[in-house]
Amino acid sequence: MEGHLNLTLKIWRQKNANVAGKFETYQVSGISTDMSFLEMIDVLNNRLIEEGDDPVAFDHDCREGICGMCSMYINGRPHGPNRGVTTCQLHMRSFQDGETITVEPWRASAFPVIKDLVVNRSAFDRIIAAGGFVSVNTGNAQDANNLPIPKEDADEAFAAAACIGCGACVAACKNASAMLFTSAKISQLALLPQGKVEAANRAQAMVAQMDEEGFGACSNTGACEAECPKGISIENIARMNREYFSATFSSK
Amino acid sequence: MAITGLFLISFLLVHCSLNALIFLNDGGVAFNEGAEFMGTNPVIRTMEIVLFAGLLLHIYDGLRLWFENKSKRPVAYAVVDGAANSKWYSRSMGLLGTLLLLFLILHLKHFWYFSRLTEGLEDHTLYAEMQAVFMNPVVVIVYVLGCISLGYHLLHGFSSAFQSIGWNHPKYMPTIKTIGAIFSIVIPAVFAAMPIAFYFHLIQ
Repeated sequence: MEGHLNLTLKIWRQKNANVAGKFETYQVSGISTDMSFLEMIDVLNNRLIEEGDDPVAFDHDCREGICGMCSMYINGRPHGPNRGVTTCQLHMRSFQDGETITVEPWRASAFPVIKDLVVNRSAFDRIIAAGGFVSVNTGNAQDANNLPIPKEDADEAFAAAACIGCGACVAACKNASAMLFTSAKISQLALLPQGKVEAANRAQAMVAQMDEEGFGACSNTGACEAECPKGISIENIARMNREYFSATFSSK
Repeated sequence: MAITGLFLISFLLVHCSLNALIFLNDGGVAFNEGAEFMGTNPVIRTMEIVLFAGLLLHIYDGLRLWFENKSKRPVAYAVVDGAANSKWYSRSMGLLGTLLLLFLILHLKHFWYFSRLTEGLEDHTLYAEMQAVFMNPVVVIVYVLGCISLGYHLLHGFSSAFQSIGWNHPKYMPTIKTIGAIFSIVIPAVFAAMPIAFYFHLIQ
């Protein structure tokens, strides 16, 4: 059932990280309810280009909810009003005709704005890199059944590994904390025998890097879990805390 | 935050149980005996110092967290729909804690100062002092508001403390949350009932 919407958009425009940004207001009309939110911005950008204006810069890549690029804080929530979706999976049918939609970038000192709605999330890459390696035997691949893994552990590790590193957890958190992201990355390895060898060092190194990047501390509001497009559980944060405490007590 | 919080929760349980002796309605005999024990026993008096240390550490940690976390988002969002993803009291622990601190200053002035630092107990008992203090309706209202702040502070704090120390397990977390919710309602309700009961002469 297709309809068409006329909308007012308040979009954050900022040239680069060094200058202050401000909201610009745009009117868009005839937006199909079947469009994704990104396609609606595409329509706006087409017009801006035709008019000789600077199009709105925003991150996007796969447009099917698996790359984690489309970082938009829409009407006070990361990825807009629906749960369990990224911005590219958000459809215009979730909005009312005549509505004013406010679009902001992720706001955190660890995620500086590159331009408009594009933020630099390389802090996440450095947290991953701080985790280091997993010890894997060289030579021929061993028989898969040599490494028995309980089904529950495999499922939990996989659920943690579903994290696409989009940063919605940081964007949603009142403290701009990256605990959900970091804990998911720690858990996906800590739950499996391959990751257990360096688990203690990994927890300490990744938490230290997370703090150094300037993310806030967790106060357990649970906003990250609610806004995560992949439904990563805050049980991972508790696991990270356990890993971190035991590593702190036992490290040399 | 979590360790000091759990310690303060254990104190609340002791404080609330002992004070609930006033509901025996025996003219404060049992309560005064309890107060006398708590005021003279050397172990309890030592724990009192630990309690103050725990409280100060909790306040210091809270303030440090609040200021540090505040600095992590230098440009604020224009629109925030907080209710969509979290409870208001979980986002307002600093505010609730500040209200509790203001209440606590008044509360310590009323009873701790009276029983520990003045000669008050010589001429009349702590029970009599409670009766006198709770004749003022403004005080009763402030105490009830203090208890409501405590309830919401605990509603987040109780289960949050377990999450922070890593005790989030599918088998135990539902029980922890249930106990936390019951604790957060019952303890403040019993506390709030004390000034109300005195004010309306429900206990003599």
